[in-house]
Amino acid sequence: MKEELYELLLRLADDHLILGHRVSEWCGHAPTLEEDLALPNIALDLIGQARSLYTYAGEVEGKGRDEDQLAYLRLERDYRNLLLVERPNGDFAHTILRQLYFSVFMQAWWREAVKSTDETLAAIAAKAVKETVYHVRHAAEWTIRLGDGTAESARRMADAVEALDRYTGEMFASDAVTDALAEAGIAPDPASLKAEWDRVIAEVFAEAMLEMPDAQTYQQTGGRQGKHGEEMGFLLADLQYMQRAYPGMTW
Amino acid sequence: MVAQAAIDRAEMQARAWEAAAAVPDPEVPCVTVADLGILRSVDIDEAGMAVAKVTPTYSGCPATLAIELSVETALREAGFDARVERVMSPAWTTDWIGEDAREKLREYGIAPPVEASGSIRSLFGETQVACPRCGSTDTSRISEFGSTPCKAHYRCEACLEPFDYFKCI
Repeated sequence: MKEELYELLLRLADDHLILGHRVSEWCGHAPTLEEDLALPNIALDLIGQARSLYTYAGEVEGKGRDEDQLAYLRLERDYRNLLLVERPNGDFAHTILRQLYFSVFMQAWWREAVKSTDETLAAIAAKAVKETVYHVRHAAEWTIRLGDGTAESARRMADAVEALDRYTGEMFASDAVTDALAEAGIAPDPASLKAEWDRVIAEVFAEAMLEMPDAQTYQQTGGRQGKHGEEMGFLLADLQYMQRAYPGMTW
Repeated sequence: MVAQAAIDRAEMQARAWEAAAAVPDPEVPCVTVADLGILRSVDIDEAGMAVAKVTPTYSGCPATLAIELSVETALREAGFDARVERVMSPAWTTDWIGEDAREKLREYGIAPPVEASGSIRSLFGETQVACPRCGSTDTSRISEFGSTPCKAHYRCEACLEPFDYFKCI
């Protein structure tokens, strides 16, 4: 079970680090001052959650790797994050929708993980779930404001729905790792969270006057196996630069 | 002899708690880390070392490290060998902020958290927050994310002053 738990923690930590990095790219560029505070605050939560997860992953792995080594010193194919979280920021609508999709998923995930038979994961979840509630609300409020806003903002939200829909399925994909952990009561089966996710997204979309995407869309996967989009390399070049240029540096 | 040792240890423990509990929060210096419930406990271990347990407010709170260092420094200055441990469980909640500390926050110009953490579960929850300056409840939320992870940004419609709200978690 140790191997499965390590794999799960790495997936989750990578999701949070990569999305945290993406969201942090808005710092200094957000459309309003309030958003320039909000987005880096959310990025901070995500990176904080990633730190707890990496630290625990390092302990479970038992090879002496710490959070920094796991975050900064792996190659692209070793990252296990969802394709959704590495999608480029695009316009504000794309960023908000990506955040809504992921936060609603994680809210459901953490709520289940609070009951995990693994004490450390349950403790991380108990903390993260409360932070995630704020992320969901932030993204939901913006989705509604933009979807039910001007013709321009509604068009941009609809474009974002079109662009990101194909990356949502990967969140709910089960495999041998998630099956084994669900069986042991350590982590929820992601497939079991789909109904709740659909319900919340439908509620927000209805209020935002947005059309739900076609349920038949082909779903792109591969992130969990380390097969990433071309943007991932550029993201890692930025993220890992200091540790690659000056290995082991601290300040 | 054993009884005396136990008394000595209890005295040391009380003295260590006092030293650590007096450390102000680096971002909200009107209250201490004990007021906020960030400092969970201070014990004296077998070797006579003071062991402080500290819990972060938010997973990514950048003040966590500063708080841990300040607590360790305060204990050393009080004459203890000291170490600080980070504890994650139970997760920090604004419910741990005492009545006195709430009053100190208000005087400082920060609206204290009004409700228990359970209230944040709703998707579009609105909280009635009173202005810390004039007391009016005619306030509007500008952003749920403010100058630090633990604060939201509000404006008073009565006295027109902007203010920070220590949000519930």
